[in-house]
Amino acid sequence: MTVIAQVVHLVLIVALAPAITGLVRWVKARALGRAGPAPWQPYRDLRRLMLKTPIVAETSGPLYTAVPYLQLAAIWLAAAMVPAFTYDLPLAQAGDLIVLAGILGLSRFLLALAGLDAGTAFGGIGSSRELMIGALAEPAMLLVVFTVAVLVHTTSLPAISAHFIAQPVGLRVSLGMALVAIVIVAVAENGRIPIDNPATHLELTMVHEAMVLDYSGRHLAAIELASMLKLVVWLSLIQALFVPFGMAGAALTALALPIFVAKLAAGAVALALFEVGIAKMRVFRYPEFLGGAVVLGMLATIYLYVSHGF
Amino acid sequence: MLTGLALADLGFLVLAGLGLAAIRLGARATAIVCLGSTILCAANAAMALAALWTPAAEQLRLPIGFALGWTVLALDPLSAYFLLVVNLVGAIVSLYAVAHEHGEAQPARRLVPFQLFLFGLNLVPLAADAFSFLVAWEFMSLASWALILARPDDPAARRAAQIYLVMAVAGALALLVAFGLMAGGLDRYDFAALRAQRAGSLVVFVLVLFGAGSKAGLVPLHAWLPLAHPAAPSHVSALMSGAMTKIALYAVIRLVFDLNGQPAWWWGGILLVLGAGTALVGVLFALIERDMKTALAWSTIENIGIIAGALGLSLAFAGSGLAALAGLALTAALVHALNHALFKSLSFMGAGAVLHATGSRDLEQLGGLGRVMPQTGWVFLVAALALAALPPLNGFAGEWLLFQALIGGIALPSPMLKFILPVVAGAFALTAALAAAAACRLYGIAFLGRPRSPAAAAAHEVAPAMRLAMAVAAGLCLLFGLFPAAVAGLAGPAVVQMLGPPAAPVVALPFASLVAGNTAYVATALALAGLALAAIVLMAAGRLSPMPARRAPAWDCGFPDIRPATQYTAASLTQPLRRVFGRTAFVARESVAMPEPGDMAPARHTLAVADRLWQGIYLRIDQGIELVATQAARLQQLTIRGHLMLMFAALVILLAAVVVSR
Repeated sequence: MTVIAQVVHLVLIVALAPAITGLVRWVKARALGRAGPAPWQPYRDLRRLMLKTPIVAETSGPLYTAVPYLQLAAIWLAAAMVPAFTYDLPLAQAGDLIVLAGILGLSRFLLALAGLDAGTAFGGIGSSRELMIGALAEPAMLLVVFTVAVLVHTTSLPAISAHFIAQPVGLRVSLGMALVAIVIVAVAENGRIPIDNPATHLELTMVHEAMVLDYSGRHLAAIELASMLKLVVWLSLIQALFVPFGMAGAALTALALPIFVAKLAAGAVALALFEVGIAKMRVFRYPEFLGGAVVLGMLATIYLYVSHGF
Repeated sequence: MLTGLALADLGFLVLAGLGLAAIRLGARATAIVCLGSTILCAANAAMALAALWTPAAEQLRLPIGFALGWTVLALDPLSAYFLLVVNLVGAIVSLYAVAHEHGEAQPARRLVPFQLFLFGLNLVPLAADAFSFLVAWEFMSLASWALILARPDDPAARRAAQIYLVMAVAGALALLVAFGLMAGGLDRYDFAALRAQRAGSLVVFVLVLFGAGSKAGLVPLHAWLPLAHPAAPSHVSALMSGAMTKIALYAVIRLVFDLNGQPAWWWGGILLVLGAGTALVGVLFALIERDMKTALAWSTIENIGIIAGALGLSLAFAGSGLAALAGLALTAALVHALNHALFKSLSFMGAGAVLHATGSRDLEQLGGLGRVMPQTGWVFLVAALALAALPPLNGFAGEWLLFQALIGGIALPSPMLKFILPVVAGAFALTAALAAAAACRLYGIAFLGRPRSPAAAAAHEVAPAMRLAMAVAAGLCLLFGLFPAAVAGLAGPAVVQMLGPPAAPVVALPFASLVAGNTAYVATALALAGLALAAIVLMAAGRLSPMPARRAPAWDCGFPDIRPATQYTAASLTQPLRRVFGRTAFVARESVAMPEPGDMAPARHTLAVADRLWQGIYLRIDQGIELVATQAARLQQLTIRGHLMLMFAALVILLAAVVVSR
């Protein structure tokens, strides 16, 4: 039964990922007063890329063509580890939040290497910035993990979701801080405004787009799909940690699946509105932004200690 | 088993003697001596493994001795575990040396001390009395000192050797005093007698941290390490970083956990904070260093920090009576010690191969090596993934256990430690993320991109024996990464020996997963799932988009430049991170000299980085010694009368001190 749920989950997230990204773009366009492409435009984009002949830089090696697929597989695996409509998933039991951070780190590491492989200036600029953002975002994420672990005494995602469903902790200042911190990390990891602009046409401000500038065809399709999946990973992670309500356990409920999709859509709309309301940041202001997340994560833990007593 | 290990250890002395003879016989005899030490190390590793399989305590009293007539050797799970670490690295590195030594000038300068170094490394874990321990320790120090001086005409190596010698002597002195204090009034210095004393002295703890910590590279006693480790030939660097630092940690565990007695909880806090600081300092310098081997040496400091942090956490738990968590933290330390030994020796061997093939270890002169030496490239990628502490490589397992132990720290009763924990956890998380950036830089700049110098473009694959050694190390890194519980299982007997049965590490079959509380890390299942998903992705891509890829010049947004200088360099890749941490962590000064308009001179960017700790501590101490020495030199100018007065005054003061202290 759980294996079936896992397979359904694997297929569902891949099928949904382009629609979620499309929804973000559509809401953003509407909020800015543009008509914007339909939410299912990303499916068309992926199909178009798949039909084109990929061009590979002469100066690149075998790693260059392998990375898009490996990276997509890594993010897909990460997505499979996050509880979605049910927390009773076998792969979610096989690792925890720290392993999840490690697998996301692996995908970032591979992509940064690919950016360097062709030996071009833009690939390097993207890799360099991606490494900085990753290095600053990871501690913040681990501190959020720490905060949650103080409350629940585990880093296992299914256990955390099950705990919060069984005994809701109510509104807590520390959880609020942790939520803000993880949202900042999610924004940075997904290359959204104010850290990176996924729709930019100015190369010097690019991070993720600069790193993959030389990719084309099916390789680019794999990378694009991976970044769409990554958004789903983070949206599911936030819902699994902070709003796991409606999630099914070992026994599946009829409402669990629609509730999960609705939560993803709500997250996408919130992200679009947030992006519309904020301006892109200079590269050297990132440390302040992400440092804020680190400090919030630390404060959240200390608040918990204070409120729990020693 | 102990007899076998002791005899094998003597074998290294025989090999050293043979090495002297072999030099006259030429290259083939040199290779045979290196093969001999490969076999001896492999045999030792097998015996250590067997001793871990059926844990038992053995003791051997030899009627030859240094001071008190007896030499005591003992084999228990802790020493067996570290013998395994040392000999795994030793066997791989000796195999590498078979080809690496070929055609090098003055083989005597490396061959003989190398065998003596292995002898010392093997004797320290076996020694069970203070004298033989210290003698073995000094054997290890002096042999490695001689190896650093293998190229005596290199001024950098000479300076490194000098600083190393000073630190080694100071460290050994601290250990000597620590043993003296532990023995107290006793005339017996064997470990059994010391264990019976178990006073739990803070002074001993501090002395051990100084003595063994300086050998391990604990900040602020690290300054010699990034100079000395890279100065030696690459296989020796591998042995120093992989094995010798682990022996230093063995000394910490043996003396603090085993011999010194019940620690107070806050000692652990000190070691935890020191470890976190060490990890951060190490990784930050690894991030900006352009010399490949020096960057690896800084990364050793980082990993020592992680292990020391885990040891500190274990002490804190043990001092607070939380045996299970203490076991988890100690398991983390031991697992990471073995894993680091493997992946660090692999990366040093890789750097040695690069040095061999291109004649340079300066990252700015490399690039594109993955295409001209593909096999070295792939094994170095394994090393880079392990250095980056990413799953499914073995560098991740230890860090996972450490984070689980840190989270378990919520159970600690002390509020102060509880407040430190999130900060330390943040520091270790930052370290892990920065380590990934540093590893990405090492591999990406050296092996990817376009060659930055003619030497890098003309590089060739290295000798088969070197590749074989690296492949064995890479295979072990993968194996221990996919089966992390196997390493935890090997560490189990030592953990139980140090902390008692409730501290046993939890290893769950069927997938041999690591378990902490109700959380598990099943590397095998995740790796299989990842491979299956990758296969699905590949098949789908092949089915939906079958046309072959076309090769063309890089697009680079319409501005391709054939000059390799337009690529990102080692310095520019981590420039954003250097800017973020530059002001606080190290004194980084950048300046750009732009020529006047019309002037044809090239613009220059200069970067100067200094270690705050070197300037703040070492140079100050040096100045202090200089000052005292100049002042003391005045005493030499005194008259006879003055000298006599001085002696009289000294006598009176000493007598007064005796009277007062009574």
